Amino acid sequence: MKYLDEYRDPAAARRLVEAIRGLVTRPWNLMEVCGGQTHAIVRFGIDELLPEGVRLIHGPGCPVCVTPIELIDKAVAIAARPGVIFCSFGDMLRVPGSASDLFRVRSEGGDVRVVYSPLDAVRIAAENPGRQVVFFAVGFETTAPANALSVLEARRLGLANYSVLVSHVLVPPALEAVLGSPDRIVDGLLAAGHVCAVMGTEAYHPLAARHRVPIVVTAFEPLDLLQGIHMALRQLEEGRAEVENQYDRVVRPGGNPAARAVMDEVFRVADRAWRGIGVIPMSGLVLREAFAAFDAERVFEVEGVGGPESPHCRSGLVLQGLLKPQACPAFGTLCTPDNPLGATMVSGEGACAAYYRYRRHGLA
Amino acid sequence: MCLGIPGRVVDVEDGPLRLGHVAFGDVVKEVTLAFVPDAAPGDYVVVHAGSGIEVIDEEKARRVLETLRILEEP
Ligand code: SF4
Repeated sequence: MKYLDEYRDPAAARRLVEAIRGLVTRPWNLMEVCGGQTHAIVRFGIDELLPEGVRLIHGPGCPVCVTPIELIDKAVAIAARPGVIFCSFGDMLRVPGSASDLFRVRSEGGDVRVVYSPLDAVRIAAENPGRQVVFFAVGFETTAPANALSVLEARRLGLANYSVLVSHVLVPPALEAVLGSPDRIVDGLLAAGHVCAVMGTEAYHPLAARHRVPIVVTAFEPLDLLQGIHMALRQLEEGRAEVENQYDRVVRPGGNPAARAVMDEVFRVADRAWRGIGVIPMSGLVLREAFAAFDAERVFEVEGVGGPESPHCRSGLVLQGLLKPQACPAFGTLCTPDNPLGATMVSGEGACAAYYRYRRHGLA
Repeated sequence: MCLGIPGRVVDVEDGPLRLGHVAFGDVVKEVTLAFVPDAAPGDYVVVHAGSGIEVIDEEKARRVLETLRILEEP
């Protein structure tokens, strides 16, 4: 497919690996921020091609994984109500809450539907005026514009039966937390290309300067990742700490103004809890007061709903790059994709799921 | 969910939502092109959760590929 297969050329990949080998004089730790990048890295074995001492660390960039358990519990509570049609991206269905998950709600008779787009949920609301339709609005800056647009569209259509359960998180505050941590082991960052396509690259300049860290906006195909790694390592070897853009075929410095405008109209920035990590200041989006009527948490009064995490799950450490998934005692035994203890084992972008899928062989 | 994939714009229907069809290989999906007001049939766009978030700059894409291919030559 255009702009996918072209970026998987094995011969070019080999030469890039050689170029990286010729560049590196000492060990470095790079963090790939996005879970989509983690999956590509593990799937194509990119980490195993790198020179000795160059390590890739998985970042917190999987929105399914960082959705707080309290919100999963609220989703479960809302979806179980009679008369509700609960719409979600498929990834969220198996994410364990403290007592249940959306998949189980569905098997017990709840009307839980997987949609491809939040606008599909708006359409379902228009077609079912007698029922409440709730969309689980999760994701980073990439999905926030589409989710915001669904609220504007519901308002335009005059729908009183559409609401969103919002769990949006923002990437730069999470990186600030990773880079500012006293346990920091990260020397350079591969920033998530599609988040930057929406938000631009400006937010990264102060981060790079303050923490003396190279940040390379990187796409998701093998050649993209290898080129991003090469750019970050070259900066490190030369003692530079700048923001560079490997993905300039898509990412513009100012991002996408139309998408940002819709996001800003509907959402405002607020403190947000990240699953396994805790509250990060000003790291989430919530609906503005003008859109309170579309806020599922208010419509359904789920204040106070939410239970504890599984005591076995170490996903907080996995998400901060402090533990490899196979090092979790539950990995592949107590915790599998069919019976996950943590969200990182469920999501199409979760680090535990990536290792389970591509690296299980050879593990006891 | 964050892994948007590139697809080719097949048609565009202007309206409040600026909907269009985008082809991903053989699969064609309806998406909103509200955030990519300049996207025209034939353009490649990156699509996330049913909405186009950016048009791919073909010139830059080609340039990167050429640079990467030069690497192939010994
Ligand atoms: S393997 Fe399972 S229990 Fe362990 S950290 Fe990953 S999701 Fe949590």
